[in-house]
Amino acid sequence: MTDAIRVKEEQPGVLSRILRSDLFYSFRRSPITVISAAVTLVLILAALFAPWIAPHDPFDPASLDIMNSLLPPQWTADGQAGFLLGTDDQGRDVLSTILYGMRISLAVGFASVVLAMALGVTLGLIAGYVGGITDTIIMRVADVQLTFPAILTALLIDGVARALAGPQAYEEIVVFVLVLSIGLSFWVQYARTVRGSVLVEANKEYVLAARLIGLRSSTIMFRHVLPNVVGPVLVIATINLALAIITEATLSFLGVGVPPTQPSLGTLIRIGNDYLFSGEWWVTIFPGITLAILALAVNLLGDWLRDALNPKLR
Amino acid sequence: MSAAETRTARLAISSPDAAPLVEIDGLGRVFDLSKRWLNRVLDGSGKVMLTAVDGVSLSIERGGTYALVGESGSGKSTIAKMVVGLLPPTSGSVHIAGADIWAERSLARQRQLRRRIQMIFQDPYASLNPRWRVGSILAEPIKAFGLAADAAAREARVGELLSLVGLDPRDSAKFPHEFSGGQRQRIAIARALASEPEFIVCDEPTSALDVSVQAQVLNLLRDLQQRLGLTYLFISHNLAVVRHMATRVGVLYLGRLVEEAPARELFAAPKHPYTKMLLDAVPDIGMEGVERPSIAGEIPNPINPPPGCHFHPRCPHVMPQCRTVVPPSCAAGDAKVLCHLYDGADHAGTARSAP
Repeated sequence: MTDAIRVKEEQPGVLSRILRSDLFYSFRRSPITVISAAVTLVLILAALFAPWIAPHDPFDPASLDIMNSLLPPQWTADGQAGFLLGTDDQGRDVLSTILYGMRISLAVGFASVVLAMALGVTLGLIAGYVGGITDTIIMRVADVQLTFPAILTALLIDGVARALAGPQAYEEIVVFVLVLSIGLSFWVQYARTVRGSVLVEANKEYVLAARLIGLRSSTIMFRHVLPNVVGPVLVIATINLALAIITEATLSFLGVGVPPTQPSLGTLIRIGNDYLFSGEWWVTIFPGITLAILALAVNLLGDWLRDALNPKLR
Repeated sequence: MSAAETRTARLAISSPDAAPLVEIDGLGRVFDLSKRWLNRVLDGSGKVMLTAVDGVSLSIERGGTYALVGESGSGKSTIAKMVVGLLPPTSGSVHIAGADIWAERSLARQRQLRRRIQMIFQDPYASLNPRWRVGSILAEPIKAFGLAADAAAREARVGELLSLVGLDPRDSAKFPHEFSGGQRQRIAIARALASEPEFIVCDEPTSALDVSVQAQVLNLLRDLQQRLGLTYLFISHNLAVVRHMATRVGVLYLGRLVEEAPARELFAAPKHPYTKMLLDAVPDIGMEGVERPSIAGEIPNPINPPPGCHFHPRCPHVMPQCRTVVPPSCAAGDAKVLCHLYDGADHAGTARSAP
């Protein structure tokens, strides 16, 4: 009986460990962080459950009525019940398109961050641990890529894919192309950060001890060094998520992203942009506000994580 | 005595031949500190070479403790890394029980050799992976060398190792940061023992520890040596620690082994002027209030060491040939000294009378 109690004390559950951790304490202490976390969570959940929440299905042409096009928001004089935030040029409910559009924005954002992270962390680990000519080649490629703005790299990859696939096939693979182009334009930051940390860690004696046992370099890199360099990577990933969402929106706004038939937030803003000066402001303003809130909330979370994980700021 | 302990002990006893366990012959290491090729061409500067270790030869008896002492920058740690197999030597060889650790090509035999040599590092705060539990840290060498049949046997062995170094077997569930410096060093010792080695290189194992804990760790090392029949290469700049641990002592100066002698003899009658200088500098409670000669000068820049005997700019007995000729290894009693004072029998008399 007493033994069982002791075991329980020694092995606290994951939840209680999280609740008692320093990180959670600093999270709770910062109202802005709690609010941005809540906002992010609500937006992600809204996007996930869009088919159940959205009042209309904007992708179902049968449910669209051209007579409903460009209706102003419900609370204005000309507003119509059922279209809370008004409708766009094809009679689609703006609220519904935002909810569906967020799915694509978030999916592309998350997937491209994961791709950039996997690529950057691996290359950074190799560059830092192997060193020599391998390091030089990887880091010079990174330097060259840094001279191009991320959006330019993404445009280039997007353009090449478009030319290779042809317009019909392109619409089917567009999401993957977006993920690839955004992912490839963001890996440098991870690689540089990880390489720097690896250079510090690889000279520590625990790595020497692992080499002494005769472990393979890949084992040492991924099992010993990687867990000690992930802190900064998580911070970059959070901040990059906001950047990736904005980049996707920018690409879509420029017309090289997802097509209007399955719009992302960026596509919605571009569509609405055409009507901004003719007075139909709601078509572009509401997706714009959503994008701004989403990016801001994720960014604030990233900022908090950066400060919380930095021991010098405690 | 536990099963594993007997196994290690038997290993040590099974080959009671008189041949030394570790033989280091003409070991040398040169580091290339040059700038990159392009910068060299542009600046018109040449290559910059640093001789960290220069022709060090020594042998360590089975069950003995060989201490290497020297100032920082004298090449102690470089020798340690070459002996355990972390850094390839530029010249010379390291043999353990007759096998050359750097000549072995077959990977399997190389691993087998590595298992027999382990190392205890200086900083117990850096030598344990902060993200790993103590149990996993200790289990890793056992797993890597296949020394336990299954997970249960491995766990049992981890507990055994922890008790061997005076910790609780239940500590295996904790993280390194939950321990004090001395306890961490005990964990590091347990990890070194996990692969059941015969030879352990201790690279300043106590210099990062609190003085009150140093003695405990040193006594643990000595106790383990007796129980498991271990052989140590003990690297230190602390002469008191060396006196406590060593059977034989080698004094390094700028990568050269300037004096080598049984510990008792070295402390009783140091031969080389540098050794004398070092021993004179050791604080002694009986010497309170007595004016003592301070160590003259500093260790020279190893990139551009003085010609001849590296020690000649600081040596009180400097002779003309010291400035040009590298002194040969001279036998003086049980000691080997790298000094012109002991070069040839005719000089022996003058040398002994030298202060």
